[in-house]
Amino acid sequence: MALAETSPVAPVQKPQGYWAGVGARLVRDPLTMICLGVVLLLILSAVFAPYLGLPDPYKGSMIARLKPLGTPGHILGTDEQGRDMFARLIYGGRLTLFIGLSPVVLAFFIGGVLGIVAGYVGGFVNTVIMRTVDVFFAFPSVLLAIAISGALGAGIVNSLVSLTIVFIPPIARVAEAVTSGVRALDYIDAARATGASALTVIRVHVIGNVLSPIFVYATSLTSVCMILAAGLSFLGIGVRPPEPEWGLMLNTLRSAIYVNPWLSALPGVMIFVTSLCLNLLSDGLRSAMNVRD
Amino acid sequence: MTKLLDIQNLSVKFSGKRNVHAINDVSLAMEQGETLALLGESGSGKSVTLKALLGLLPPKRTRIDGSMRVNGTDVLSLRGKALRKYRGGEVSMVFQEPALALDPVYTVGHQIAESVMRHKGLDKANAMSVALDMLDRVRIPSANRRLHSYPHELSGGMRQRVMIALALACRPRLLLADEPTTALDATVQIQILLLLRELQKEFGMGVIFVTHDIGVAVEISERVAVMYAGQIVEEGTTREIINDARHPYTRGLLAANLHDVARGTRLNAIPGAPPALDSAPGACSFAPRCPIALPACRAVLPPVFAPGPRRRVACLRATEPIAAE
Amino acid sequence: MSVTDVIPAADPGGPAQPLITVSGLRKYFPVRGGILGRTQAQVQAVDGVSFAVAEGETLGIVGESGCGKSTTAKLLIGLTERDAGEIVFDGEALGERLSLKDLRRGVQMVFQDSYATLNPRMTIEASVAFGAHVQGLDDPEGRARRLMDRVGLDPARFAHRYPHELSGGQRQRVNIARALAMSPRVVVLDEAVSALDKSVEAQVLNLLSDLRAEFGLTYIFISHDLNVVRYISDRILVMYLGEVVEIAPVDSIWEEQAHPYTRSLFSAMPSMDPDNRTEKPPLAGDPPNPINPPSGCRFHTRCRFASAVCKAAVPKLAGLDRNAAHMVACHLYDPASGHPDAGQGGLA
Repeated sequence: MALAETSPVAPVQKPQGYWAGVGARLVRDPLTMICLGVVLLLILSAVFAPYLGLPDPYKGSMIARLKPLGTPGHILGTDEQGRDMFARLIYGGRLTLFIGLSPVVLAFFIGGVLGIVAGYVGGFVNTVIMRTVDVFFAFPSVLLAIAISGALGAGIVNSLVSLTIVFIPPIARVAEAVTSGVRALDYIDAARATGASALTVIRVHVIGNVLSPIFVYATSLTSVCMILAAGLSFLGIGVRPPEPEWGLMLNTLRSAIYVNPWLSALPGVMIFVTSLCLNLLSDGLRSAMNVRD
Repeated sequence: MTKLLDIQNLSVKFSGKRNVHAINDVSLAMEQGETLALLGESGSGKSVTLKALLGLLPPKRTRIDGSMRVNGTDVLSLRGKALRKYRGGEVSMVFQEPALALDPVYTVGHQIAESVMRHKGLDKANAMSVALDMLDRVRIPSANRRLHSYPHELSGGMRQRVMIALALACRPRLLLADEPTTALDATVQIQILLLLRELQKEFGMGVIFVTHDIGVAVEISERVAVMYAGQIVEEGTTREIINDARHPYTRGLLAANLHDVARGTRLNAIPGAPPALDSAPGACSFAPRCPIALPACRAVLPPVFAPGPRRRVACLRATEPIAAE
Repeated sequence: MSVTDVIPAADPGGPAQPLITVSGLRKYFPVRGGILGRTQAQVQAVDGVSFAVAEGETLGIVGESGCGKSTTAKLLIGLTERDAGEIVFDGEALGERLSLKDLRRGVQMVFQDSYATLNPRMTIEASVAFGAHVQGLDDPEGRARRLMDRVGLDPARFAHRYPHELSGGQRQRVNIARALAMSPRVVVLDEAVSALDKSVEAQVLNLLSDLRAEFGLTYIFISHDLNVVRYISDRILVMYLGEVVEIAPVDSIWEEQAHPYTRSLFSAMPSMDPDNRTEKPPLAGDPPNPINPPSGCRFHTRCRFASAVCKAAVPKLAGLDRNAAHMVACHLYDPASGHPDAGQGGLA
C-alpha cells in the first residue's frame, strides 16, 4: 500500500536547533555574558597584543623600576626590571591562557574518547581503561604535575604534556560515568534494535548526549589548569624568564611585596579574575545546555 | 457531626515560567468514614488536591484560593507545629512508590514507632508494641520478625503494607492514598485493595483514594468524584457513576476501560488530549474533545446539575437522555 | 512510492509456516556480588519458553512483573543475548542463515516508556528516519514524514520538534512510526500502551489495529492489562516466573482458564460491578523471587491444587483434550502425572 497518495507532505519550517537554543539561553543570562565578555577580551587582547601599540614587554629600564600604579606612561606601573606592567600583563595572557587552556582541550579529547569507549563497551575494556586511569587518580593533581614536569624538565612543551596527563583521568572518569548512564537508557536499546552498529550508535546517540556534561566539566577544569600552570611557572619548572607569564611574574615580583604591594598583586588579580570568570562561565553553560527547562 | 472534609471553591495556581491553573474552583465534601475515589488522568489535578490537603505545595510559587476544612480545622491557616501535628496525626498519606517513601536506613518497626512517639508521645517500648500491632493488622506474616526488617528486604506488596501500617499507626481521621496500587502486580493489587477496605471498616477513618483506574475505584470506594482539567466534572456514588454516568468524559473513560469490549471492534476513543492549563477555564474544558458539544459549551462554563442529593454533573447536556451509541 | 513495497516479496517460509518460532528460549542473568564480582546466583528470567506466531496473528503475552515477558521481548529482537534456544524468523534460524541485522529489519519493537526510548537531543523526524538510514533504505526522511502523517502526527508541525515537547500519546505514536519505518513484518509491543492515560490508550489501540490491517503486521503484544490483551490479541500466552503456563486462543481462555495461576490472574481483575465486588483475593502474597524459583511446577508454592508431584516434576505444556489449541502446563491435566486429582477435567 502506498502512503504517498494519502499524505501530502507539507513544507516544513525549521525551528531553532539545539545550539541556537543554548545560545538564546546564554544571552538571557547577564552574569554569564559578562564573564564571557571578560574572557573574550583577555583572549583577544592576548592574541592581538603586538598590534595594540603597547611598550615592549621585554625592555626594561634600570631607573624606572617598581614604579607605582598610575605612573604617567606606565598606567599599571613597572616591574622589578622597569618593564611596563600593563604590556607584560597583556602579553602574559598569551602564554598563560595557552598553557591554561590547551591541556584541557587535549585532555577533553583523549579523556573523552577513553571514557566513552569504556562506558559504552563495558566489561573487560572498561576495567582496563578505568583501572589505569585510577592509578593516576591516586596522586594529588598538583603533585602529579610537578612530578611529571620535574621528570621531563622545565619548558613550555613539557608543562603542556604534564598538565594534559593530569587532566585526562578526571575527564575520562566523568565521561565514563555519563556514558554508562546513557548506555542503560531505552533509546540506546531502541537504536540498537534498528540494526545499527556500535560505532553508529555511539556517533549518533551517545556522543550528543554525553558531550555537554563532559564539556561543562572540562570548562570548569580550565581555571584549575591555569592556576596549576601558573604554579609550575612560579616554581620555576614551567615558563622561564624573561617570558611574561602571570605565574612567573607573581614569583619574580614576590620580593617587591614590601615595596609596592599593589603592583606585586597584579598578576595574581589577573589569575583570580580569569579563573573566576571561567568558573562562572562553565556554570552558565551547564544551565544553558539543559534542554528541559 | 462535623464534616470530615469540606473543600470550598479551591483553586490552585502555580506560577513560574509557565502559569499552571492546576485546580479550578473545586468544592468537595465528605462525611466521616466515607471512602471517596478521586478519578482522573495525569494532569487532572487529583494529586495536587491531595498535596494541598496535606499543605505540601511549595508556598512561594503557589497561589491557593478558597478554603479546606478537615474535621473543622482550616488547613490553609495551619503553620509550624500545628501543621506538623495535623500531618500524620489527623491526616496521613500512602504513596504510590513505597520504595521511595520509606527510609532505607531504618527498620520498618523503627519508622512506625518513631511516628507514634512523635504524635502520641509514647515511649520507645510502647511505640514498638504499637508498631508490631500495626504490622499484624496489615496482615504481614511473622510480623515480629518483619519489625526488624529494612524496606529493601521486603517485596513490593509487603512494602505497601508497611506504608499503610505507618500511615494508620496514629489513627488518622482521614487517609489519603495516592495511587497506592498502581505500581503493584494485579494479584497483589487486589490484596491491597481488599486490605484497605477491611482496615477502613476496622478503623472507621475516611479515605480519599486517588486513581486513574476506574476498576480500582469500583473495588475500593463508595463514592467517586471524576476530575478533568482541574475541575470535578461528575460526582456520585460508585453505582451511579458506573451504571448511570452523565458526563461525556466519564462515559468515555468507562468505554476506554475495555471491560467486555468485543475483540476487533473499533474503540470509541475520546479524541485529542487534555488541555494545557495555562489559563483559568472560561468554558467547558472538555468541549474540544466532546462528541456532543454544543456551541454554548465552548462559550460559557457549564452549569452544575444536581439530579439527586450529593450527585452532580458539570455538563450543559446532563439532563438530556443519553443517545444510544 | 510505498513504504512497504521496499520489502522484497520473498517469503521463503511460505504462508503455511509460522512467521516466527521460538523454542527452548532461555536467559539467566548472573547476580554478582562480593569484592571480586563473582556470580553468586542467577535470575532465571526466561526458562524454556517456546511458542509460534503465524503471519498476521497477534499473540498477547501476559504475566506479572518478574515473569520474564519483557526479557522474552528483548531476546526476540536480540537486544539481550540468549543463553539457549532457537529463534526462527520466516524459516531461517537466527545465527545461521539469518543475521541479527536482518532479524531487526523484520522484527521491530515499541517500548513502554515513550520518553526514555527517544533520544532527547534528536528531532522527531531524525529519530524516525534513523533506522531507515541504518538499513540503507532510500529516502529515510520522506519515509519518516509519511509515517508520521500515517500515525496522526502532522509532519509540518512535528518533524522538527523534540521529544520533551510532545505528550505521552504523541511520543508513543512517534515510537510506532519509528518501528514501522523499517517496514517490519513483526512488531513486538512491550507494554506499549501501559503508561498512557486511558483515553489516549484507546486512540493508540485503534491506531495499532488500523496499522495491522493496513500493513499486514504480526504483533507480539506484551501487557499486564488483560482487558487490553483480550481486545487486541488472537491468542494469549500466560507466563509465570520465566515459564509458559498456558497458551490458548482468546475466546477459549476467556471462557475457561485451565491453569490455576491463569485463573487467579483473571480473578484479580477489578470486577467493574459495584454490587458484586471482589471479596477474597485469589492469591496471597507476592510472586516468589526468580533468583531461586520453586522446584517442579514453579507455581506450586501458591497453588490450591498442589500435591507432591507438583513439587517434584516440571509439568509439560500440552493441549487440552477438548481443544488441542488450548495448551496448559499443569499436572492436573495429565492423567499420567500422578497428581491425585489428575484427569478429572481440570480445576474443581
